Amino acid sequence: MNDLFLQVLLLADSTLRLATPLVLAALAGLFSERSGVVNIALEGKMLGGAFAAAAAAQLTGSAFAGLFAAIGFAVFLALVHGFASITNRGDQVVSGMALNIMVAGLGPTLADAWFGQAGRIPVTAEGARFRPLTLPFAEEIREVPVIGPIYAELLSGHNILVYLALLAVPLVAWVLYRSRFGLRLRAVGESPEAVDTAGISVAWMRYRALIVAGVLTGIAGAYLSVAQNASFLRDMTAGKGYLALAALIFGKWRPLPALLACLLFAFADAVQARLQGVEVPLVGTIPTEAIQAIPYLLTILLLAGFVGRAVAPKAIGQPYVKER
Amino acid sequence: MAARRRLPFWADYLLLPFLNLSLAFLVSGLVVLLLGENPIAAVKLLLYGAFGFGEAVGYTLFYATNFIFTGLAVALAFHAGLFNIGGEGQAALGGLGVALAALWFGHLHPLLAIPLAVVGAALLGGIWGFIPGWLQARRGSHTVITTIMLNFVAASIMTYLLVNVIIKPGQSAPETVTFAENVWLPQLHGLLQPLGIAIGRSPLNLAFPIALLCALLVWIYVWKLRLGYELRVVGRSEPAALYAGISPATHIVLVMTIAGALAGMMALNEVLGAQHRLVLGFTGGYGFVGIAVALMGRNHPLGVVLAALLFGALYQGGAELAFDMPRINRDMIVVIQGLVILFAGALEHMFRPTLEALFVRTRPVPV
Repeated sequence: MNDLFLQVLLLADSTLRLATPLVLAALAGLFSERSGVVNIALEGKMLGGAFAAAAAAQLTGSAFAGLFAAIGFAVFLALVHGFASITNRGDQVVSGMALNIMVAGLGPTLADAWFGQAGRIPVTAEGARFRPLTLPFAEEIREVPVIGPIYAELLSGHNILVYLALLAVPLVAWVLYRSRFGLRLRAVGESPEAVDTAGISVAWMRYRALIVAGVLTGIAGAYLSVAQNASFLRDMTAGKGYLALAALIFGKWRPLPALLACLLFAFADAVQARLQGVEVPLVGTIPTEAIQAIPYLLTILLLAGFVGRAVAPKAIGQPYVKER
Repeated sequence: MAARRRLPFWADYLLLPFLNLSLAFLVSGLVVLLLGENPIAAVKLLLYGAFGFGEAVGYTLFYATNFIFTGLAVALAFHAGLFNIGGEGQAALGGLGVALAALWFGHLHPLLAIPLAVVGAALLGGIWGFIPGWLQARRGSHTVITTIMLNFVAASIMTYLLVNVIIKPGQSAPETVTFAENVWLPQLHGLLQPLGIAIGRSPLNLAFPIALLCALLVWIYVWKLRLGYELRVVGRSEPAALYAGISPATHIVLVMTIAGALAGMMALNEVLGAQHRLVLGFTGGYGFVGIAVALMGRNHPLGVVLAALLFGALYQGGAELAFDMPRINRDMIVVIQGLVILFAGALEHMFRPTLEALFVRTRPVPV
């Protein structure tokens, strides 16, 4: 029984690790989509962040330098996205796609030219990675039944970005629903004309939303290359940006449900990794590909209104033209 | 909108894309500088690699064939106001259709086996386009999201099948057995040799003329048929279409199915024309590049063909470039593609106000 309990804890533990980049990216998507900018560029911004983090951390030997480089590069990409889709009123999806493709090529190209390791950047420098933190008294109370292992195995022993991601959720919820910025942000995604009439710049609101999204995707990228893993690899986001987008839609563009969707998708991923080649009673072996496809299928079903209904912010996808 | 000044046709369709493209290449040149290579020398190598000798031209046209199919898949859907990002998944499923047809009917006479494989590609790709089309038309789910999600579902299906079911027995690489020669698409170098055109050993095959034929058919569909007229009405304004007694739902489902079939037929070129077996990941991002091709080509079949040639040249020239310049690798082409989408697609209106102002100033005063 005790063994089973530990198994469950370990599963929850890896769920938490896998969910971290999804949570950060989903929150990033939340900001930009709630302001009316479709963000399919989460994937590219995250990948750009991962690249910048690995390169900077490896060169400076500081994980925080990597983190800031990631944030800087992701914000730069966000500004390009904003310049195209807000200032020039270009198509938000097209500009997002352009960024995704450009970054997918840029990372390996620069990595190859600068580090000469076939498109990857190994992060081996001393202090270049975010190490797991042991929470206070983790070892002391490990022996306490139930609470001890939960605290020591599940809650303790993650790197700082995992805790940051978890703290970001209530913070984002507070900003979105309780602050003036959040009120205006939601308004600009639903009815930009009203916001404009109130004398608030629609463009500046949307730029700010994209910048916040850039910061969050940058952190997510840094998590991938200098915290969870120890290198930048070609296409290392592997669809996580799109998965975060799916989680955001699944969470109906709200922070807490989006968090739950991220945890659900990450749990599916964690289970999938454990089920490889394992015989499940009654079912036999479940193909891992089937489990991998579940989040995407769920999102399609949700969008089709077969499981609940997801209603997007009203002004999403439309460039705002003053005085039409 | 009455005050809106329109640019002359040539400025809209030639000058503007040219300016955007130039900017994309300029930024690409900066990236090459960043890599520590000479951009001018790189351009020379790229052009020579794409057009310098017969085999290079053959390869350029071979890659262009992929881009014509996936570009048409995006362009066609666009006329109904839909954004089809699902080319990658549709092409993958098309590959599955080709492979199943080739494995089942490969022993038949080529005149029977090849058309069956073409049908296989169009059928499975079409199904993968029908699903988001139906979801959009009947359930209101946005095609941008559903096609992205279906790309991943397609990837899962392909991985499962190629690893567990249709893999060549006794090996670990996820690919099928080589198809029977009956079903291979004839390569063009043999046909062109007597005409005095040498394209070396390039894999240019019958899929290229098929792609051109598809472009022609798309042009007829969109601009010459009543069906296409109705389609464009739906794309412009669904309420107007409804008012005119046109059913948007029917057209959305139809156009997405055809778009899926077009993307699926990309597999003819790669799978049936060149590799002669189904390899996991043969789509290699061509589906996404189709977006760039459609944008560059202004969603017109002729434009798509020209843009596909441009991207084919980039692909082939880029491969040669990566071979000759040690600091540049093949991913550089992907960067250029991204920049082209950014400048020719998302930022297409950047120069428009300036150009319009220029034309107004230089235009003679109308009497």
